[in-house]
Amino acid sequence: MSYQPVKFYQTGTFTVGNRLLDESDRSVQATTARNNSLNSGHRACQGCGEALGARYAIDAAMAASNRQLIAANATGCLEVFSTPYPETSWQMPWIHSLFGNAPAVASGVAAAMRIKGRTEVRVVAQGGDGSTTDIGFGCLSGMFERNDDVLYICYDNEGYMNTGVQRSSATPPAVRTATTMPLGPEPGNVFGQGKYLPAIAMAHRIPFVATATVADLRDLEHKVKHAINIRGAKYIHIFVPCPLGWGSASHDTINLAYMAKECGLFPVFQAEYGKITGVSKIRKPIPVEDYMKPQRRYAHLFGKNPALETIAKIQARADENISTYGLLEEGVN
Amino acid sequence: MTLKQIEGSHGVAETIALCRPEVICAYPISPQTHIVEGLGEMVKAGELRAEYLNVESEFAAMSVAIGSSAAGARTYTATASQGLLFMVEAVYNAAGLGLPIVMTVANRAIGAPINIWNDHSDSMSQRDCGWIQLFAETNQEAMDLHIQAFKLAEELSLPVMVCMDGFILTHAYERLDVPTQEQVDAFLPPFEPRQILDPSHPVSIGAMVGPEAFTEVRYLAHAKQLQALDLLPEISADFKKSFGRDSGGLIRPYKTEGAETIVIALGSVLGTIKDVIDEMQEAGCSIGVLGITSFRPFPLDAIRDALKGAKRIVVLEKCFAVGVGGIVATNVRMALEGSGQQVRTVVAGLGGRAITMSSLHAIFLEAMAGKLEALTFLDLNSEVVDHVLELERNVRLSGPVAESVLRNIGTVASNIA
Amino acid sequence: MFQTRIHGRGGQGVVTAAEMLSIAAFLEGKHAQAFPSFGSERTGAPVVAFCRINNKEIRLREPIMTPDSIIIQDPTLLNQVDVFQGLKPDGYVIINSGKTFGELGISEIAAKLRAERQVCVPATEIAMKHLGRPMPNAVLLGAFAGITGIITLESVAAAIRNKFSGKVAEGNISAATAAFDYAKQQLSLLEVI
Repeated sequence: MSYQPVKFYQTGTFTVGNRLLDESDRSVQATTARNNSLNSGHRACQGCGEALGARYAIDAAMAASNRQLIAANATGCLEVFSTPYPETSWQMPWIHSLFGNAPAVASGVAAAMRIKGRTEVRVVAQGGDGSTTDIGFGCLSGMFERNDDVLYICYDNEGYMNTGVQRSSATPPAVRTATTMPLGPEPGNVFGQGKYLPAIAMAHRIPFVATATVADLRDLEHKVKHAINIRGAKYIHIFVPCPLGWGSASHDTINLAYMAKECGLFPVFQAEYGKITGVSKIRKPIPVEDYMKPQRRYAHLFGKNPALETIAKIQARADENISTYGLLEEGVN
Repeated sequence: MTLKQIEGSHGVAETIALCRPEVICAYPISPQTHIVEGLGEMVKAGELRAEYLNVESEFAAMSVAIGSSAAGARTYTATASQGLLFMVEAVYNAAGLGLPIVMTVANRAIGAPINIWNDHSDSMSQRDCGWIQLFAETNQEAMDLHIQAFKLAEELSLPVMVCMDGFILTHAYERLDVPTQEQVDAFLPPFEPRQILDPSHPVSIGAMVGPEAFTEVRYLAHAKQLQALDLLPEISADFKKSFGRDSGGLIRPYKTEGAETIVIALGSVLGTIKDVIDEMQEAGCSIGVLGITSFRPFPLDAIRDALKGAKRIVVLEKCFAVGVGGIVATNVRMALEGSGQQVRTVVAGLGGRAITMSSLHAIFLEAMAGKLEALTFLDLNSEVVDHVLELERNVRLSGPVAESVLRNIGTVASNIA
Repeated sequence: MFQTRIHGRGGQGVVTAAEMLSIAAFLEGKHAQAFPSFGSERTGAPVVAFCRINNKEIRLREPIMTPDSIIIQDPTLLNQVDVFQGLKPDGYVIINSGKTFGELGISEIAAKLRAERQVCVPATEIAMKHLGRPMPNAVLLGAFAGITGIITLESVAAAIRNKFSGKVAEGNISAATAAFDYAKQQLSLLEVI
């Protein structure tokens, strides 16, 4: 079961909800002792899902490791917006090497810590979906296969946003990007089989795999804290809307992440050694249209002549996720 | 010290172990494989306390090395040929970040056409990547250079590539003097990093650098390499004091005193050339040879001094820049700027073509007679080349070039070399 | 300098033979350099390995073009590879075969060489008898020691122990000893004639 001790839709806002919890379960962000690992002043866009996700994830990892944390970062938005030196936002030891090698760099850091006997130091690698699912995929798979003591976090905004919104292998079907323009008989990205990294990570039988969104930050924090205390390879795939790349309003970031999960397009679950051990249920599935409409990257599917067939195909993918992952709460439909 | 009759790769593996590496990344590619195999065995047997990572590619090997070196661990890896090219992005990155990784390159040709044999195309393709490049003449020197490489790398916080000829050295059994642990420990102190990823002193490494500072950062990389020009002879002298052997340094002249013609080369071919020089001097020829140990940094001054008085310079190199000519020769010309000395390039030993004493003898005589062209390919089969060129002139669908050449040469299984 | 070229097929331990020869020479205080022909040969393909022995440091890195001795581990190579290429007129030839040079169809070549410097040794049979495996490489080094005297049989045994251990080492050593004796015997037959 994913972390859902309190249903926050019952208690109202994030802050109010916090008070109902045991102190140990409270959000890391709710305490003044938080590390502010990704400090304010960075250059992310308004409403950046990745900045939000990274801040929560890394602060949670810092808290769980008693601030004994080293991060390796792939090239990408997160790296660029956080480090024009000397204004680095990272309040922690942090290294950026290349676009495609963050998992391997982290493996190297972990190896150094192991040989030096510094078992208290935990290692995180992080990157966007481009570096994770495409260019760094080989290094990531290698890190998994060796079961290196690294937590890899993928911030998935479904495209190469740093380079100007191009398609990655995590870009969903029909989406408009700079390299999948809404032209021709099948506008937008192709309907492929996709490259679903959480399932690929699970196939490596590593100790822990989880997905999360920036709509449920407490679930995200919990998964990170849990992962950081496991020895071996861990993978967390966080869904992070990108206002720039998706053509969505900055204030809609969390709402879109929420809807992606609630419509079934982004299943939230966790798995241990290749087996799913917990699923965040959908209370009442929403139609994929509700999720898609606020995003200009889907705009070509709507308007005067909506592409009903295409929308239906996307709905079918969501429905398939719902049944595959058992996302519906019992007794609700 | 112990004298052993062992394979070059084995000697290097034993030497690396004596340098107490903490992290070793291994990915198989001929002809370096025996080195990492040897190290893997020592780690498995518990003789060497190190993290040994079997990675999934050379790109990962260098990337892991970047992580472990940045985290303060003495780090080693080895590669060759396509492997070096596959890791190029990380090779540049390691140099840019100033991480003192030591890597053996067991020199091998680059495809296509695929070829597993020795030449220097792989290392030479990385001459501008910011790594220090040292070329070993013998297996003994290859071993010794690795000890010196760790010292130099860590002193400057720069990565060092030790280049040794694939197969010719790596697979040769020879008498090697393996130092003791005490000797190496006394020479090579524990790694004290200049930069380190450590939660107790958090730093960011690898931040974006804009136009306001990029030139300065790059200049410092150059300045550091120039420091190696002073450090290398010092380390070599210290090494001699501790180990009693001449190894390393910038250049190695052999019978160049007063020689009218001086041959320049890198790596194991120097041995064969020295035998030729001895023969020729005995026959009254005024010829010597200059070995270059440090190709990066390139010792312009030392080379200029060593070549003073020579009328003709013949650079014999196992690589070339397609469309231009010699790579080493171009650098040598820089050293000789304004001297008026004639530099000739002989490209030899490509893809493992044997460099024989008789071919060298003939080409050096030609050089001394002033008959050598600016660029010569030693033992080139012109007939075959002309045949393929003719074919291409006459036939549109002339087919793949390498296969045309092979067809023209015919069966080679019966040839010895 | 004494240069030896060893011909055989992938899987016959050709490279190991050259290495053991170099170890044997090293153990006698000599400089030695052994190296393979560097192919990516698979089992069964023709393979060449080289060994130089000298009293001073060996700098030369060219393949052995003019050998002082040739060891042929597989007589079927005689029809396939120019194994005698560059052999010095007073060079040694050791062939793994129970046949004579005449029977192998190379009496013309044999006639040009000194009679006491050529020998056919049934090394595979000897190996099967002492080792239980058809590995002629170390066996032929015993014969090499017998007819060249460049290295002693004791050094060959020590080199075998350096490369192998236990039963394999001992089997190879007794096989090499048998081949050494066989070669010596062939030489003594010549003297009788």
